[in-house]
Amino acid sequence: MLGGTGDERMRRAVGPLTRLADWPLLRQVRDGDARGLGLSARSMRSAQLVARTAEADQVVRSICPYCAVGCGQLVYVKGGRVVQIEGDPDSPISRGRLCPKGAASEQLVNNPLRERRVKYRRRYGTEWEDLTLDLAMDMIADRVIQTRRETWQDRDAEGRSLNRTLGIASLGGATLDNEENYLIKKLFTALGIVQVENQARI
Amino acid sequence: MGSNMAECHPVGFQWVLEAKLKGATVIHVDPRFTRTSANASFHVPIRPGTDIAFLGAIVNHVLQNGLDFREYVVAYTNAAALVSQDFRDTEDLDGLFSGWDPDQHAYVTRSWRLSDERDETLQDPRCVYQVLKRHFSRYTPEMVERVCGVPPDRFLRVAEALCQSSSRERTSAIVYSVGWTQHTVGVQNVRTAAILQLLLGNVGRPGGGILALRGHASIQGSTDIPTLYNLLPGYLPMPAAGHHLDTVAGDRPRGYWGHRKAFTVSLLRAWFGEAATQENDFCYDLLPRITGDHSTYPTILGMLDGEVRGFFVLGENPAVGSANSSLHRMAMAKLDWLVVRDLVEIETASFWKDAPEIARGELRTTEIPTEVFLLPAAAHTEKDGSFTNTQRLLQWHHAAVAPAGDRRSELWFFYHLGRLIRSKLAASTDPRDQLLRSLTWDYPTDGPSAEPSAEAVLAEINGRDAEGRPLSSFTQLREDGTTACGCWIYCGSYAGAINQTARRRPGAEQTWVAPEWGWAWPANRRLLYNRASADPAGQPWSERKRYVWWDESAGRWAGEDVPDFRLDMAPGYRPPPEAVAELALRGDEPFVMQPDGRGWLFAPSGLRDGPLPAHYEPEESPVENPLYEVTASPTAQRYDRPANRRNQVGPGFPYVLTTYRLTEHHTAGGMSRFLPFLSELQPEMFCEVSPELAVERGLVNGGWAVITSARSTIEARVLVTDRVRPVRLGSRLVHQVGLPYHWGGRGLSRGDSANDLLSIVLDPNVHIQECKAATCDIRPGRRGR
Repeated sequence: MLGGTGDERMRRAVGPLTRLADWPLLRQVRDGDARGLGLSARSMRSAQLVARTAEADQVVRSICPYCAVGCGQLVYVKGGRVVQIEGDPDSPISRGRLCPKGAASEQLVNNPLRERRVKYRRRYGTEWEDLTLDLAMDMIADRVIQTRRETWQDRDAEGRSLNRTLGIASLGGATLDNEENYLIKKLFTALGIVQVENQARI
Repeated sequence: MGSNMAECHPVGFQWVLEAKLKGATVIHVDPRFTRTSANASFHVPIRPGTDIAFLGAIVNHVLQNGLDFREYVVAYTNAAALVSQDFRDTEDLDGLFSGWDPDQHAYVTRSWRLSDERDETLQDPRCVYQVLKRHFSRYTPEMVERVCGVPPDRFLRVAEALCQSSSRERTSAIVYSVGWTQHTVGVQNVRTAAILQLLLGNVGRPGGGILALRGHASIQGSTDIPTLYNLLPGYLPMPAAGHHLDTVAGDRPRGYWGHRKAFTVSLLRAWFGEAATQENDFCYDLLPRITGDHSTYPTILGMLDGEVRGFFVLGENPAVGSANSSLHRMAMAKLDWLVVRDLVEIETASFWKDAPEIARGELRTTEIPTEVFLLPAAAHTEKDGSFTNTQRLLQWHHAAVAPAGDRRSELWFFYHLGRLIRSKLAASTDPRDQLLRSLTWDYPTDGPSAEPSAEAVLAEINGRDAEGRPLSSFTQLREDGTTACGCWIYCGSYAGAINQTARRRPGAEQTWVAPEWGWAWPANRRLLYNRASADPAGQPWSERKRYVWWDESAGRWAGEDVPDFRLDMAPGYRPPPEAVAELALRGDEPFVMQPDGRGWLFAPSGLRDGPLPAHYEPEESPVENPLYEVTASPTAQRYDRPANRRNQVGPGFPYVLTTYRLTEHHTAGGMSRFLPFLSELQPEMFCEVSPELAVERGLVNGGWAVITSARSTIEARVLVTDRVRPVRLGSRLVHQVGLPYHWGGRGLSRGDSANDLLSIVLDPNVHIQECKAATCDIRPGRRGR
C-alpha cells in the first residue's frame, strides 16, 4: 500500500521518466516522507477525490431518528437522493457529533432491505402477495369499519355510556413525529378505539 | 443510576465528560461495568432491582445527619405538612401501608391524606419530615450491604459526595433510564430520587434535577401528544365511564391544573370544530370511555383471548421488543387482521411464516387466520415533522427527498385512512358515527402522493383564536369555546405563524441556555419549576447558581430562561380567598402544577403502591426481602396463566437476569439489525457472565449457552467478563446474567430474543413491565431445534 498510486489513467497519460519520478519510493526519499504518510501517499486520483458532502446539491436540516438526545443532522442530497448524513455543528445539543447509529443513518434511509411496495398475506396464506397501495388502503378502511361495528360497546353493565370498541388496538408512536401521533390519537379516538399505546409504556 | 449513558446516549454523555473535566464528581451505580462506569469518577456495582434500598439509605443519611437544605425544604416541599392521624407506615405494618385491601389487592388511599396543619419547625411527629425520617430509619449502610451487595464504605462514598455537592453553591443531578422504570416498582424508584433531590434542594435549579434519558426520537412527544390509552393531549385524562366534562374539569384545583377546563374545551374545539358547542359540552360525552387498564399488555392478553381482532403496529416490533414476546406472537396469530407499518420486514410482520413457534410446531402457517398488511414507511429524511427529545425540546426535521414507491409517512397513512373511512360513512345516520363525522379533517396536501402538510397539523396543535390567528401562549386558552388548541403544552410552538420548532440559531451564537434552538414545552421553558432557583424572597440562592430571579424595579421575574411562574407575581404575593388556579398559590410556592405549590416528599395521592417508596424484591428474585415480611410489591399487576408462568424460587432458576441495550443497536432492531455497518459492529446475540459463573456452570468464552426461564429457552454466545460481577449478600454469592435484547430472527444480524425469557408483570401505576430484574438458569450448549 506504500505510496499507493495505482491509477491507470495517470500511467497512460505520462511518459516513462515522469512515471519513474512519480514512483512513491523516490517521492518518499525526495520529499523526506520516510513513513510514507505524507504527500507521497497522494495520487492524482486521490487528489481529485471530492467528499460527497461537497458535491451535494442541497443540505437539509434534520434530527437523528434513533434515541431521544435529538442530535442535529445535515442531510446531503444529490440528484434527488440522500448521499450522506453528518452531524450538525450548529446544534447546541450535539455540536456536530453523532453516535454509531446516527452516523450509520444514511444506510437506514438507503437500505436495500427497505420495503418499497405493499406486501399482503391473505388468511391462512403461505406467501406474501402484491397489492396496490390504493387497494390496501381501501381494504384496511373496510376492516376497521367492519370490526368496529361488530365489536362496538354502547354501554357497560351499569348503563354508563362507553362509545367504544375493544376489537381494535394500536401500538407505536415513539419513533414517529408529533404531528403523526396527533392524527393517530385524533382519528382513533373519533373511531372509539381506546387501546392506543406506544413504546413509552414499555 | 439505571442508565448506561455513555453507551445508550453517547452524544449526550459529552456533557457529563465536560462537567467531569471541570471538576464534577461522576458516580455510576449500576449492575454492570460499562463505558459509563469506565468514564465515571467511580463505579458502584449493585444488585438489579434494589435501587430503592440504595437511594432510601441516602435519604436516611441526609435525615439522620441533618444534611438537608433546610430553608428550601421548609419553603418549597411538603415537609412541614401533617399526615392524617390514620396513616400507618410500612414500619408499623411490616411492609404494607394503611388502607390495604387484601381482597382487591389494592390500597384505599384515604389515610394517606395530608391535613391543613403545618409545623415549620419540623418537630411534630406527624409532620412529613418526621414520617420520612422514621420510614427510612432502617435503610442503613448495613442494610444496603445485605440488600444491594454494596459494602458500607462504598455506599458512604456516594452519599457523602452527593451531599457535599448539594447546597446553595452547588447542585447535583441524577440521571436515569429504563434501568429504573422497567420494574414492578419503577415509579417508586423515580420517587425515591425525587425525595432525595427535594431534600437536597436540587430541583428547579441549574445543574440539578432528575433527568430521564429516553430511548426513541419522539418518545417524549408520543407521551405529550399521547398514543397512550389513559391520556388525551397535554396530560389531560382520557374520560372514564361515568365521567363528564364537569367531572374532570368542573372544579378548579389550585395551581395551573385549575385551567383544565379551558385546556379540555380548546382540545375538543380543535378536534370537532363547530360541532363542539357549549350546549353539548363540546362533544365530551361522545368520546370513548375507558374502564380500567387498557395498556398494551392487557390488550395483548385480550388479543390472545380473541377479543382484539384488528391491530395496527406503527414503527414498533412487539414480536421482539415486548416482555414474553412469544405470547405476543401467539396473540397476533389469533387476529383477523394486522397492519404493520415499518421501514423493513420486521419479525412482527412475518411471524406467520418464520416465528420460533412455527419452527417448534406450536403454530402452523396454514392455520393462522391473520390477514397481514405490510405497508412500507417513509424515513425521517422523507417527511417533515417534529420530534420532541428527552429534554422536552421540539425540533423540526425537513423532508430532504420524496419517498419512493409505496413508502408513505404515518401522516399520509392516517390522514388518508381517516378520509376513506369518513367518506365510506358519510351517509351514515348511526349515532355511533357521529363523532367521526364531526371530526375536523381538512389538511392541505401537496405533491403527487397528496402528502398532508405537517406544518398545518402543527398549527392545529398550537391552537388558534376565534379569528383563526395562531395563539402564542396557553394563557390565552378559554373555556367558552373561543379558542381551539390540539395540545395546550405545545401552545406557542407556532406562535406568530412561525414554526418555532424549526429555529436553528447556532448554539455558539447564543447563551448557554440556547433558547433560540427549537422550542421547548411549555412556553419555550428549558428548566421546569425554575422559580425554585431563587429563594422565597426571589433572590438567587447563590451567585454561582443564579438562573431566575425577581426584578424588584421592573416588578417582574427575569433570568436566563423563561421563568416558570406568573411573570408579575411578586414573591410576597398572598392569594385572596376567592383566588383560583395559579393565583391561589403564593408568590413563594414554585411548584405551580401542584395544588399546594410544593414538591411532594410524601405523595398523598396519585400513586397506587404507597405514598412513600419501600424496597420490595423483584417479582422473581433469588432472595427474601430483609426489610419486611412482604417480599415482592403487593400491588404489582400479575397475570397467572399458562403462557406467562412465574419462575419458582429455588434451584431451578438460581441466577439474576437483566437486559440492556448496546450502542450499535436500537431497541427491537428494526432500525439497526438491517444496517450493514451496525450489524458488523455487533453481529450476534450474546450473554455476559462473570468468570466465577463461567466456572460454576462450565461456560466457555465464545462458546454457546442456553438460558432458561419458565416462559422460554434461548441461546446466545458466551462472553465471560469481569464487567458482570457476582454480588455478595451475607454468606451468599448471587450471580448475574446480562442479556442485550435487540435480536430476532430477521435482518443482517440475527439471534434469539431476550424478551422471550421475561414474564408479564407490571408496575401498578404506569403498567410497565419488569424486565430489568428476573431469574433464570444458564447452561453450556445450544437449544433444541
